[in-house]
Amino acid sequence: MTQALDARERYLADLRRWSGNGAARAPQWLKDLRQAGLERFAAVGFPTTREEAWRFTDVAPIVGTAFAPPQASAAPISSEAVEAILGGPSALRMVFVDGAFSPALSSVSGPPAGLKLGSLGDALKNGGGVLAEHVGRYARIDHNPFTALNTAFLQDGALVHVASDVSVERPVYLLFLTSAAGQGGLTHPRSLIILERGATASVVETYATLGGGRHLTNAVTELVLGDGARAQYLRVQRESDAAFHMATSQSYQGKDSRLLSCSVALGSALSRHDVNAVLDGTGAELLLNGLSVLAGRQHVDHHTTIEHARPHCESHELFNGIFADHARGVFTGRIIVRPGAQQTDSKQTNNNVLLSEAARADSQPQLEIYADDVKCTHGATIGPLDPNVLFYLETRGVGAEAARQLLTYGFAADVVSRLEVPELRERLDRLVGARLAA
Amino acid sequence: MPPMLEIQNLHASVEGREILRGVDLIVNAGEVHAIMGPNGSGKSTLAQVLAGHPAYTVTQGSVRFLGQDLLDMDPEERAQGGVFLAFQYPVAIRGVTNAYFLRAALNSVRKARGEPELDPMDFVAVLEEKLKAIGWDDSFVNRPVNEGFSGGEKKRNEILQMAVLEPKLAILDETDSGLDIDALKTVAEAVNKLRSPSNAKVVVTHYQRLLNYIVPDFVHVLVDGRIVLSGGKDLALELEDKGYDWTKPEAALT
Repeated sequence: MTQALDARERYLADLRRWSGNGAARAPQWLKDLRQAGLERFAAVGFPTTREEAWRFTDVAPIVGTAFAPPQASAAPISSEAVEAILGGPSALRMVFVDGAFSPALSSVSGPPAGLKLGSLGDALKNGGGVLAEHVGRYARIDHNPFTALNTAFLQDGALVHVASDVSVERPVYLLFLTSAAGQGGLTHPRSLIILERGATASVVETYATLGGGRHLTNAVTELVLGDGARAQYLRVQRESDAAFHMATSQSYQGKDSRLLSCSVALGSALSRHDVNAVLDGTGAELLLNGLSVLAGRQHVDHHTTIEHARPHCESHELFNGIFADHARGVFTGRIIVRPGAQQTDSKQTNNNVLLSEAARADSQPQLEIYADDVKCTHGATIGPLDPNVLFYLETRGVGAEAARQLLTYGFAADVVSRLEVPELRERLDRLVGARLAA
Repeated sequence: MPPMLEIQNLHASVEGREILRGVDLIVNAGEVHAIMGPNGSGKSTLAQVLAGHPAYTVTQGSVRFLGQDLLDMDPEERAQGGVFLAFQYPVAIRGVTNAYFLRAALNSVRKARGEPELDPMDFVAVLEEKLKAIGWDDSFVNRPVNEGFSGGEKKRNEILQMAVLEPKLAILDETDSGLDIDALKTVAEAVNKLRSPSNAKVVVTHYQRLLNYIVPDFVHVLVDGRIVLSGGKDLALELEDKGYDWTKPEAALT
């Protein structure tokens, strides 16, 4: 407890130092937002396993580590290294190194008309009318103390803005790298993705570590879809096995919009990803998928909340987890159907395969339904690979070990194959395949 | 040339319960044998034991496949050697497309035979040729294996796998169950197209209906874990007419 208090004081002192030295210069609305984040974090501090939402995820290792503030990156990073991480070339990309936007590694010139790509930090310096409307409007600081902390330190991240009725064909890649210089440090990337009415785009957000050190990433992304907008949002967390990763992705959808979201956790010693979605317009559709592939002593906690605020919305949720060795997965699937959100159609599935006796998974559906004419289903499985399916494969000539690999791959492919943009699907398929082979 | 399949005094049990109590059967290349019998007589157990299901324990007897000790082989070795079981209840494989699965299976078999593995392009050519041979389209080739398939589609998929793997000995376990007459005819036609002098089939069924379309050379009646009666294809019609009761040993005695 003392340790937690000390840690809280340490973060608050860092914050005061930062806002005192002029680095945090900002318009008043942003100062107010940061202040609210600071006050919230000062009031609640770090979560503990005594809280229901954190019952299975102990952040003591994060609390107990004194992270250094980010420093300027020393060693240059090649664009080949960036492409290797992203699985290929990318015409539209923004790269952040140790929390700071790297124009040299990014490719934001000549985007199609109607697409604005840039660093949120630069946009904030230029006043940013549209930003005041959106930043901090969706990701709530009272939902998660790490979101409050991110908001208090809100400084930089990616800004993707697609104008009304504009369709961006090529995927937009956002890469958040922690370099060798960032080891032992922490970053608070904050991103905002806006698709105005009728816009279409796909965005891939990747978090990676160069080298194998320990660091903390505390990321928040807000994703806004106007009426009739269509987005694919793929988030890949593949940081080092020693890293800590705390994150919130908060989406907000208008009428008749459609979001396909996929959250993939491959890295980090300890990671938690809150995936929150609000369906706030009739006819909105959400496909909320996720995949974890973990080994060693890795821990992942996917905490999802889907809020059906309006009638005639659909949400389909599928999270698959593959856990080897002593790895552990936690899944919470909260679905809230607000009064009046009639004709809601919601389906939640969480499947976990345990590849060893010591692996563990916990799955908790939480349905809160305040409307009476709705269809909500949920189901979860936790267990080893199905021996009947293994036998079936063996009777087709596939050896026992190859059958296990095929079945495990299929378990991952069940999620990967749902990505509708071929480039995203193929790159993720290769990445997951390599991870499974390791 | 040893027989394709030679079963002698086969006894097998599951969870301590003896299901097969001395089965004898010889199947030669080019032959189609039907195994009929009432529910619970051990038909499916026999099929599963031949495929090597780990839940069944063979307690006595022997099974030779082309002279080799079949019971000494793992399920995948049996498949690689040319034994195929078309399941009564095919299972779904999440996330794995039929095409991917079929190629993995065919390549395992080819590898075991010392033949080169096929890349995806070559495999598509093989698959198209097989589909053409049995007169089917590729409508479920790119769907996950048996996931969301109708009963008829699952059974068709078993036959497609058989066509691709070209087994020497195919055991069809209740391939007719759950099929309407049109689906049954479709499946039977495909099976007939795959008949050849160099392969053999064992068709396990409860009803004679399937045997109107897959005409067997021999019919055997399995009752209480033993073959109690064998005959030609007319025996199936007699069973359809008179039921199974008269074939039971105690009935025969009276």
